[in-house]
Amino acid sequence: MATEKNHTNLEAKTLYDKIWDSHVVRSIAGGPDVLYIDRHYIHEVTSPQAFNGLKERGISVFRPGNTLATADHNIPTRDQHLPIRDELSRNQVTRLSENCSKYGIELFGLNHSKNGIVHVIGPELGFTLPGMTIVCGDSHTSTHGAFGTIAFGIGTSEVEMVLAAQCIIQPKSKKMRISINGLPGKGVTSKDIIMYVISEITTGGATGYFVEFSGQAIRSLSMEARMTICNMSIEMGARGGVIAPDETTFNYLRKIPSIRGIDDIEAAIDKWKTLSTDEGAKFDRELVFEASDINPMITYGTNPGMGMSVDEAIPMAEKNSSEASPSFLKSLNYMGFKPGMSLLGHPVDYVFIGSCTNGRIEDFRAFAGIIKGRKKSDNVTALIVPGSKLVEEQMAAEGLIEIYTAAGFEVRQPGCSSCLAMNEDKIPQGKYAVSTSNRNFEGRQGPGSRTMLASPLTAAAAAITGRISDPREFL
Amino acid sequence: MPKEKFTILESTCVPLPLENVDTDQIIPARFLSATSREGFGDNLFRDWRYTKSGEKNSDFVLNNSRFEGKVLVAGKNFGSGSSREHAVWAIFDYGFRAVVSSFFADIFMNNSLNNGLLPIVIPADLLSNLQDLIRKDPGSKVHIDLANQTFTIVPTGESVAFSINPYKKECMLGGLDDIDFLLAIKDQIISYEENKKRV
Ligand code: SF4
Repeated sequence: MATEKNHTNLEAKTLYDKIWDSHVVRSIAGGPDVLYIDRHYIHEVTSPQAFNGLKERGISVFRPGNTLATADHNIPTRDQHLPIRDELSRNQVTRLSENCSKYGIELFGLNHSKNGIVHVIGPELGFTLPGMTIVCGDSHTSTHGAFGTIAFGIGTSEVEMVLAAQCIIQPKSKKMRISINGLPGKGVTSKDIIMYVISEITTGGATGYFVEFSGQAIRSLSMEARMTICNMSIEMGARGGVIAPDETTFNYLRKIPSIRGIDDIEAAIDKWKTLSTDEGAKFDRELVFEASDINPMITYGTNPGMGMSVDEAIPMAEKNSSEASPSFLKSLNYMGFKPGMSLLGHPVDYVFIGSCTNGRIEDFRAFAGIIKGRKKSDNVTALIVPGSKLVEEQMAAEGLIEIYTAAGFEVRQPGCSSCLAMNEDKIPQGKYAVSTSNRNFEGRQGPGSRTMLASPLTAAAAAITGRISDPREFL
Repeated sequence: MPKEKFTILESTCVPLPLENVDTDQIIPARFLSATSREGFGDNLFRDWRYTKSGEKNSDFVLNNSRFEGKVLVAGKNFGSGSSREHAVWAIFDYGFRAVVSSFFADIFMNNSLNNGLLPIVIPADLLSNLQDLIRKDPGSKVHIDLANQTFTIVPTGESVAFSINPYKKECMLGGLDDIDFLLAIKDQIISYEENKKRV
């Protein structure tokens, strides 16, 4: 249960304030701030119109070195060495390459040895660093907040702005802190923690806020797991999520072979140590949850706020109302579910593990932990899609690919894949998918697809049994 | 891009009283492969507007000739989900110039303001009255005055003030965009970069 608290110290600053304030180029009277952007990620889907805009204005990219590009949203996950079959997708990917070479932007495109999903490769390559402002034309840019950055998704007009002037025009958000006390129990992952928080506060619960996550449960998480938390902060409406950097962050960064612009990592780390919220700093809203209240989660509806413990029954109405609204019933109807129904044992047709939420090495290790020595259920089609080439390499190095193959799974090539199903990896009409991605909207994974969001552990349990199962029984 | 100027809009409305309409519904991802901004209106609300076999779904409001106009009257939490600006382009390209709701998702709001589509937040009870009124009498008009920030339901005379960021308001009234502004202050941006390096 959430409790709210309030305390004030006017001089004290939140982490969000510290980073924001140091990036303001200019404040517009009565209006937003002109915010300087340290890092800009682009991909094939939301950038072409921005480059067109530059061309129409007759201007160039202002700071090409601050932008990094990848092809991820609209690429196949098989036979990546062959030309892309779909003409429109091929055109987008080609346009990205042309624009990058024309304007001098570094591209980790298709078939590059470090290609992958934008929010997976940015941190891997050390392009995302504490204290930075980071934007990308993709709402899950919030992922990078796990490193103590202000990172958020922008629209294509803003992509054009950043290309043109390395700034965007933004009002400061309100500030919220969400603390998770204690440690989560067996089988409860960071995906479950964030899905639990969203189910408690709803998909609009943090709209207008930038959220700092804190508390023992958060501090205990690896960088991969923290990225999952920040990734989904957008699903509760937040502008972004941030976690103060600590030794876990620094150790992650120490392992990256070389980081652009940093010669002495220890000196940089000394600076980053100041990146935390001051004692007594004021948040506009504070929420506290207990990790011990959290179980493995699953969604039953068509927004990420419609989640419950995997062993619970679907509620009779949405939170805080006694009667189901038409939207609530429409959503259950789409899923083929009824209020009060239990999902344990419900047949599953597809399992997707991947995306910028759960497509990192730890996620594949967790999935492997359950499938090892077992077999994939015959009625399940599984899409196993690493978040990047480096993740794929690491899977091979750790022997995970053999475990997957032995259990009857095929490992695909990296990309966004079924998360938004722009490529061929679509869930067919009416089929049920347990997915480790972040959105269960109507048709998100293909027209008529029915998505149930869950952690890699819950996905693994479903992949083996062919049914919604409690992953704790397999640990 | 120089935008249309937005000053006063008086129009009938199209009601869409669903809550939590996300950008995947507004424009499904499979239509995002284009590389220009035009033409997205044809696929606005594609999966609600057309049946699987590609016929018009007569139950959906955009296919109901009783309702037309430049104002989309939406439900709570409109435009949630993906940051795709294509959602706003689709709504604008279809012919809407304002969207009314009791609550918008953040990125959608920003994207709208950057593209000349005015998002107007009105109280939830007024929104539901307006939905009822339009369904009873599709000829009902609303009057939007951006300079004075007022939203009026013409037949009943009910009027509310709406808020808009003063900077965005100037931009919309003048048909200017943010990039024009940033390019004009480039020197300041460069001096910010230089000072930052010294720290
Ligand atoms: S994996 Fe999904 S959410 Fe992440 S960047 Fe790709 S499409 Fe967006």
